[in-house]
Amino acid sequence: MAGTKTRRAKAPKESPFDMHGIAPELALDLLREMLRYRRFEEKAEEAYAIGKIGGFCHLHIGQEGVAAGAIKALRESDYVITGYRDHTEAIAKGVAPTAVMAELFGRTGGTSGGKGGSMHMFARSVRFMGGHGIVSGQVPLATGIAFRIKYKSEDDIVVCFMGDAAVNQGGFHEALNMAAIWELPVIFVVENNHYGMGTAFRRVSLTDMVERSSPYAIPASKVNGQDVLATYAHLRDLAAEVRNGGGPRFVDVETYRFRGHSMSDPVSGTYRPKEEVEQHTHFDDPIAILRDHLFEAGILDQDGLEAMDAEAREEAQEAFEFADASPVPGPEALYEHVWADVDGDGRLRFDGREEAPWR
Amino acid sequence: MAVMTYRDALNAALREEMARDPDVFLMGEEVAEYDGAYKVSKGLLAEFGDHRVVDSPISELGFGGLCVGAAMAGLRPVVEFMTFNFSFLALDQVINSAAKLLYMSNGQFPIPIVFRGPTGAALQLSAQHSQACETYYVHAPGVKVVTPATPADAKGLLKAAIRDNDPVAFMEGELLYNFKGDVPEDDDFVIPLGVADLKHEGDDVTIVTHGKMVHVALQAANKLSTEGIGADVVDLRSIRPLDVDAILRSVQKTNRAVYLEEGWAYVGVGAQIVATIQEGAFDYLDAPVLRVTQADVPMPYAKNLEMMAKPSADRVVEACNKVLYREAR
Repeated sequence: MAGTKTRRAKAPKESPFDMHGIAPELALDLLREMLRYRRFEEKAEEAYAIGKIGGFCHLHIGQEGVAAGAIKALRESDYVITGYRDHTEAIAKGVAPTAVMAELFGRTGGTSGGKGGSMHMFARSVRFMGGHGIVSGQVPLATGIAFRIKYKSEDDIVVCFMGDAAVNQGGFHEALNMAAIWELPVIFVVENNHYGMGTAFRRVSLTDMVERSSPYAIPASKVNGQDVLATYAHLRDLAAEVRNGGGPRFVDVETYRFRGHSMSDPVSGTYRPKEEVEQHTHFDDPIAILRDHLFEAGILDQDGLEAMDAEAREEAQEAFEFADASPVPGPEALYEHVWADVDGDGRLRFDGREEAPWR
Repeated sequence: MAVMTYRDALNAALREEMARDPDVFLMGEEVAEYDGAYKVSKGLLAEFGDHRVVDSPISELGFGGLCVGAAMAGLRPVVEFMTFNFSFLALDQVINSAAKLLYMSNGQFPIPIVFRGPTGAALQLSAQHSQACETYYVHAPGVKVVTPATPADAKGLLKAAIRDNDPVAFMEGELLYNFKGDVPEDDDFVIPLGVADLKHEGDDVTIVTHGKMVHVALQAANKLSTEGIGADVVDLRSIRPLDVDAILRSVQKTNRAVYLEEGWAYVGVGAQIVATIQEGAFDYLDAPVLRVTQADVPMPYAKNLEMMAKPSADRVVEACNKVLYREAR
């Protein structure tokens, strides 16, 4: 966990500070973002422990650099879609932490009125296209969103996040092939934390991750997701290529999950050595890495960091309080939104398209 | 009115809806350059271009899911499955995405999509190409299932399905594509989903059915009428939404019912219909409700075995005689 103390997270090999052409203000923003996500997830962890959140709950702690680096490199009108580890990516795309927390609590103030839960955050208004619970299910969907962009000759792009396990699903391969042949504006971002639940990627693949798009002739690259500046700069460049009609891209973002697969999995579990987890949490924390860079460069000092962190903690606490005060859905919500077209008696109606909320 | 085939009626519905709404596009295997495996999309590529009539790779899960994503983002895709037998590869995207996204997002993402293609057996195509797929689709709340039996229904219901804001599985009959009938030519000839049609009237027994089996039911009804027995043939036209009133109205009149379907009996559509009848018209029934279905086996190839496995007009007549406690003549 990233502390606010001045503990130096010494990288195994010292490298010169590289800002990747990123202005100090933006670097500070990225640190602020990652702190928001971290404190939010810690608060969710706390709420889960006291029974405020039920079901599956997958935390993003350790992987904040991917959400901040990739999503902040986009335009607001670009689309983001992801799998079930979706809390912080929703926040990064502009969803209020209060709404994300209320969804975790199963309350009306949630992004889906409490009907989606941890794995199904949605926000059409900011083009956050969800939280999808079937591994790789979002990959064909992302390709379809990109199809729409091209169909309408628009210049937005789609970023599709997935875990490393998704690349072994058939839907991944079918979707990448279609994205390639139709030159669709989508960036496939593998959040490669090296474990699909408890199965190490090396146990289920003889090819390296970065080779997985090569059968479809989709240009692939690799970036260190724990270095948020590198991730941001890389995604910014890829986004420009894709927006300019370059077709899809595939990027292997190396990261690490500091918590268990879900709240029911202990931090290290039986499938990864405790030392491995400690090594990563100590040396590969994206927040600590950027913090130290900014300290070294004189862009941030301890007081500045503490102020930033206090704001993040306050926001997480507010999210908790909002969610806790938000009402549970009423019984009328049970049958709502099964069908788009129903009449006053709740029966299916033939053609209500004019009344669809977004047309 | 014009006389046209079921195939041409579907083609006309696609053409009219694509002309009406630029957000409607067709995607599937062989829909464009080949003019459709069953020629339902004939001429559409020439008329609308490869932008809107899109040949897909053989990737049902992939293009099924792609089209759900396109619908999430506001387009109105029509997905052609060469047959619904192949659509099982795409079922994850139908059930886990299309059927649930509106609910999981609390109304933010309607999915106006049509999955269409033939369902059921043709002739001697054996087990993997001869199955009625309605049950798989109708089970999940969030998907409508439509099964037109005539050219007019094919046109009016497909237009309705394309204009609908929910996912619709539109299941055609391969053996119906050449079937001819009167079809209104009006561009706005749409048949609301969820309204059954009484295809034959009689006071003695009700035969409820859908899709291609409507024609088997009509054969049976004609046979029965020569013996002085009058049968109502209730064509559901859509299995979800279900026109419960039309079923109960007929059963309340005849007091006897037989369900006919092409699929398997076990947890099939008929099980739902029988439950609906006993819940809504128990006191009107003078006999148990019987089902005529495919034999509980994968479809055999040998012609004689295939005939034995499929429902027939004779078996429907037999079932009607049973519920009438009547000796067959």
